[in-house]
Amino acid sequence: MKYLTTGNEACGEGAIRAGCRFYAGYPITPQNELTAYMSKRMPEVGGVFIQSESELSAVNMVFGAAVAGARSMTSSSSPGISLKQEGISYIAAAELPAVIVNVMRGGPGLGNIAPGQADYFQAVKGGGHGDYRLIVLAPASVQEMFEFTFKAFSLAEKYRTPVMILTDGMIGQMMEPLEFDDAIKPVPAVPKPWVLDGAKGRPSRSIKSLLLKDGELEAHNIHLQKKFSSIEKKEVELELYKVKGADRIIVAYGLMGRIGRECVDTLRSKGIKAGLVRPLTLWPFPYKEIRKIASGKAKFLVVEMSAGQMVEDVRLAVQDDKRVRFYGRMGGGVPEEKEIVARVKQL
Amino acid sequence: MKQAPTHYCPGCGHGIVHRLICEVLDEMNLKEKTVAVAPVGCSVLAYDYWDFDTTEAAHGRTPAVATGIKRVLPDRLVFTYQGDGDLAAIGTAEIIHSGNRGENISTIFVNNGVYGMTGGQMAPTTLIGQVSTTTPGSRRADRDGYPLKIMEMMAVLPGVVYLERTTVTSPKEVTKTKNAIKRSFEIQLAEEGFSMVEVLSPCPTYWGLDPSQSMRRIENEVVKAFPLGVIKGGDHGP
Repeated sequence: MKYLTTGNEACGEGAIRAGCRFYAGYPITPQNELTAYMSKRMPEVGGVFIQSESELSAVNMVFGAAVAGARSMTSSSSPGISLKQEGISYIAAAELPAVIVNVMRGGPGLGNIAPGQADYFQAVKGGGHGDYRLIVLAPASVQEMFEFTFKAFSLAEKYRTPVMILTDGMIGQMMEPLEFDDAIKPVPAVPKPWVLDGAKGRPSRSIKSLLLKDGELEAHNIHLQKKFSSIEKKEVELELYKVKGADRIIVAYGLMGRIGRECVDTLRSKGIKAGLVRPLTLWPFPYKEIRKIASGKAKFLVVEMSAGQMVEDVRLAVQDDKRVRFYGRMGGGVPEEKEIVARVKQL
Repeated sequence: MKQAPTHYCPGCGHGIVHRLICEVLDEMNLKEKTVAVAPVGCSVLAYDYWDFDTTEAAHGRTPAVATGIKRVLPDRLVFTYQGDGDLAAIGTAEIIHSGNRGENISTIFVNNGVYGMTGGQMAPTTLIGQVSTTTPGSRRADRDGYPLKIMEMMAVLPGVVYLERTTVTSPKEVTKTKNAIKRSFEIQLAEEGFSMVEVLSPCPTYWGLDPSQSMRRIENEVVKAFPLGVIKGGDHGP
């Protein structure tokens, strides 16, 4: 079936189709379409929708639903995601699967409701307290909002870890065709021998992140890091567009990746050998893949709707700062094609 | 109840309330249907003593976590166990809104008037004139505000069906506490809505009193600020 819908609603439907049966959220623009969609869809599929009193409460309701074994999700936009960081750290520490959607807007502070990408550091470097990582997926279209959200539930359960969909207000609110098989099957059930559902015929269990015994917390951290390291090895995804033979490469994700693709076509039509690297997973980040591309002489332009955040990871990958340049706009400004093309020419 | 050495201080009330909950669950044959949510505070380690499924929650978010569990598993008994810092300070929004949604959960609220785990700081429930680590001299209303009566605040919410304040200062009061816990669980099983039992409990360590004096302080002083009895749902016999 083909539908014309918004990114936010496609995200909601992707979650429902993946088997998400618990959603809690709090109103904030530009993600309100998702909350409204879940309020309508959850009862239709026998799931739970709660409009919570705060983002703090929403993410902790998701914690509880995950403890009880449900596929659960919450969503918000930048200021609200800051509030959820406490819960995200607890979810990661307790090794619970959950999906968190951040439809980013301009910041810092209350900012504005225009699209932004300035929460990259918060999403991929930690955000909450303690040593943990979030798997971060960056969709660039309505179709990808559906597909990446669907996949997020699979990753969350496979690794028992929170997964974030990191997108922005433009991807969230724009309308595009969405196509998927109506008979699509949910993410296959995985055994959850840790769920708390009443200790019937088994020893009682507890889920906790307070580990006070000597060496216990260090051992837990080592265990978590092994898991994160396994995710880094197996789950990196990126899109390469006309990278072969390119000597000028745009690196951009989400909305900027989409605009970057158009820039590549424009530059190629003018005889400039441009290409695009679009990370689909922001964590784990495609360091190795970009390093390989950088083994030639190509120069890189990183484009973001921020003051320059992902550019730090691209520099780590390229390991030659002279070949990495940045162009970004902040506070709701969206770099336009002609601005990007001009900067690629200057490389 | 598991066999485990207690980490609670001599004269602490948590051990009594932990045991009462276990007795009620055993008598009602609910152990295998129960999921409990432990708070942050002295009783965070409740799962070291309870032999039923228990999860931790972030500080004050206890009722939000319980909401998530109960909505997914509506036929299980879900209760939160919270201290006064967890429930009446950092978790005020969560407890009030869980009550206002009429969440079909039970809350056991152990009020000892201080933050025990972190060293006896002032809680919202600390009495006027009470000495604490963060009220030099003692709690003064003009500087520190007043003891917060969460039960009385929640009594006005239509989703809240039963509220009772009890204590553990004598065998008679302990029995009343046990009956109140039982009633709260029965109300949940009957799917009637939110209920909460507040237990006035001693903290000899941070009250600077011996265990016996602490019990007398509850009887003589604490009950004046926090009167005992059924606050809501008095005519509500399960």
